[in-house]
Amino acid sequence: MNKTLITTAVVLAMSALSTQAMARDTINIVGSSTVFPFSTAVAETFGRTTSFKTPKVESTGTGGGMKLFCAGVGVEHPDIANASRRMKASEFEDCQKVGAKEITEVKIGFDGIAIANAKSAKHLDLTLKDLYLALAKDIPNGNGDFVANPNKTWKDVNAALPDTKIEVLGPPPTSGTRDAFNELAMEGGCNSFPELKALKKTDEKKYKAVCQGLREDGAYIEAGENDNLIVQKLVSNPRALGIFGYSYLEQNTDKIQGSKVNGVEPTYETIASAAYPISRALFFYIKNAHVGTIPGIKEFVAEFTSDKAWGPEGYLADKGLISLPDAERASVAASAKALKPMSKPE
Amino acid sequence: MNNPAPTQSGATPRRTIDIVNASLKRRYAQERRFRLVGVFAVALGLAFVVLLFTDIISKGYTAFQQTYIRLPVTLSQDIIDPTGTRDLNAISGANYNKLIRDALRQQFPEVTDRRELRQIYAMLSIGAPQLLREQVMADPGLIGTTQEIWVLADDEIDMLIKGNIDRHAAQSDRQVSDETIAWVSRLEQQGRIAKHFNTIFFTHGTSREPELAGIAGALMGSFYTLLLTLVLSFPIGVGAALYLEEFAPKNRWTDLIEVNVNNLAAVPSIVFGLLGLAVFIGFFGVQRSTPLVAALVMTIMTLPTIIIASRVALKSVPPSIREAALGIGASPLQTQFHHVLPLALPGMLTGAIIGMARALGETAPLLMIGMIAFIVDIPHGFNDSATVLPVQIYLWADSPERAFVERTSAAIIVLLAFLFLMNLAAVLLRRKFERRW
Repeated sequence: MNKTLITTAVVLAMSALSTQAMARDTINIVGSSTVFPFSTAVAETFGRTTSFKTPKVESTGTGGGMKLFCAGVGVEHPDIANASRRMKASEFEDCQKVGAKEITEVKIGFDGIAIANAKSAKHLDLTLKDLYLALAKDIPNGNGDFVANPNKTWKDVNAALPDTKIEVLGPPPTSGTRDAFNELAMEGGCNSFPELKALKKTDEKKYKAVCQGLREDGAYIEAGENDNLIVQKLVSNPRALGIFGYSYLEQNTDKIQGSKVNGVEPTYETIASAAYPISRALFFYIKNAHVGTIPGIKEFVAEFTSDKAWGPEGYLADKGLISLPDAERASVAASAKALKPMSKPE
Repeated sequence: MNNPAPTQSGATPRRTIDIVNASLKRRYAQERRFRLVGVFAVALGLAFVVLLFTDIISKGYTAFQQTYIRLPVTLSQDIIDPTGTRDLNAISGANYNKLIRDALRQQFPEVTDRRELRQIYAMLSIGAPQLLREQVMADPGLIGTTQEIWVLADDEIDMLIKGNIDRHAAQSDRQVSDETIAWVSRLEQQGRIAKHFNTIFFTHGTSREPELAGIAGALMGSFYTLLLTLVLSFPIGVGAALYLEEFAPKNRWTDLIEVNVNNLAAVPSIVFGLLGLAVFIGFFGVQRSTPLVAALVMTIMTLPTIIIASRVALKSVPPSIREAALGIGASPLQTQFHHVLPLALPGMLTGAIIGMARALGETAPLLMIGMIAFIVDIPHGFNDSATVLPVQIYLWADSPERAFVERTSAAIIVLLAFLFLMNLAAVLLRRKFERRW
């Protein structure tokens, strides 16, 4: 009995191995977990409304996705990479080295990062400076030097804020949301100190360390990648604030409220108009060499950039995507359909 | 002299029995305390299990029902099959969306505003036209008639009906508008809204729309992965155990192998994922996200479990069996395969099933090999892109839509049911075939 089993297994394994070099008829997409909900929604609609197979979308994170995307040209490599930030110059060079010379960049819209707390708690009006002073590991002491963050309550940070303990639930360092928060909120707050702004020019490394280092004394709590979990924790702990993507705020408006940042509420309109300070652009990248080899890439891009998908009334808006302004949307759609290769990002 | 009568003074040497008697109370108390701690530990464990199950089941059981809206749909010949040839291609391409929307609109003749109409249409799932198409394709005789058809409702209506959206909250605090709630109430009064058993959950692949999302794709992925894992790991594991236990010389090398096998059983599973990424995907070029590569990784992960269980099973076969077989002239190989192995097999199978149960619940190694993916199509082989049940649970738990909360719990219930069945099978197999000497 064992012999037959082993033989079957070997035959199975061999046959499987030999077929894997065959052509692929599904589009492979990898990348950011922030773009994942939008990419999957388009993939599903694309699979349902066309004769092509539903693309496979992997959630690997932006960095991991870029690594896979720029690993080579050929059926075993992904066709499209999602990113919650622009492709880095180093990643672009990696792609060039392996022969993926022409890459089309498609900016799909914006994602806001909400700072929210439970409905039962006081609605906060924060500034980026408040966020920086509450969450930075070291803050300037006014004499050009730094001290370990002494602030215990929001009142310590800003006298106008309530006298509650600083307790913020947020994403871990592996998350794209954390990168964006560091860059937009923490650095934004940092820049409100002239001496720190000056530091950026003289010693960028130090500037990054000072401005992006989050507290490790319990005031900032890493709550894992699961944003639903953060929402649940906020409801059970009204003193805490949470940091997560805007779509989670939109889906849970009955339980949580978004704090104003620099006086602006996180809403669809404020994020779209860039009035809300903590928002970022989302992208996907197409490997032009695969167009024509893998069926359906052009059609997928057409579906993604159609108004019924990414328009302000489209189904991606229902999933929480903030659309690009009309003019920009039209020009991006045109260059995406023409598969216009991007130049090296700076 | 041995038993001197107790004297008036307490200073006489105490007898052994007195010392024992004096300590007896303390020793009983010690035992009682130990038992109490034991009972407490068991009770605590059980309490957590009960808590876990009640939480998951109370959150998840509602997902096994799905809200439908009954509508009188006119399956007009002009729209579905204008040529009247019953050509399946024509029937397939018809505009079913219009049929359903018209039927719903009839229920609210007073609504003409475009914005309000959009809201009305949003009460239906975007998968509803496809379901109607399948229904008509299956029975073309329906064309030209008006049927009362149960149409799939949108997930937000589903949540409203199930009470997961508070109707009395302020409008700004909920996803569903006041108008929609009024319309839904009216349909409810007419008996046009009902919950039916959620077959979609068991027959469809995943979806971004909660009402269309099912676990069939993940279940098939798990099935193919486990099947191949079993086919690969059981023969190799049993063979290795048989050789190590019965044939291998006892020396330093076999000791080293034994220690390593035991160590491998304790290696965190993510390490196997990294190994799979480097060896199977990187070196052998196996396609990512397939049950094949998942099974190869799982095989390496479950091998130590199976080897250890198989060796224990072999050890428990009494030596007299081997000696008797050898004594009447069987070769060592015959002894093993004809006499020892059949007796040890129940124990080996138990080990294999427990190893499989662990593989069924595993996600960490799959992170590395591309199984954390959105795959709608149900896999039909070892080389199709697939995901597995625990990964599906993880992905749903991460989705912002409210309706995915209950679906996540429902998928957990299904996973737990399978784990329970597998463990039950292990117990029953052992009961049925176990021999005691």
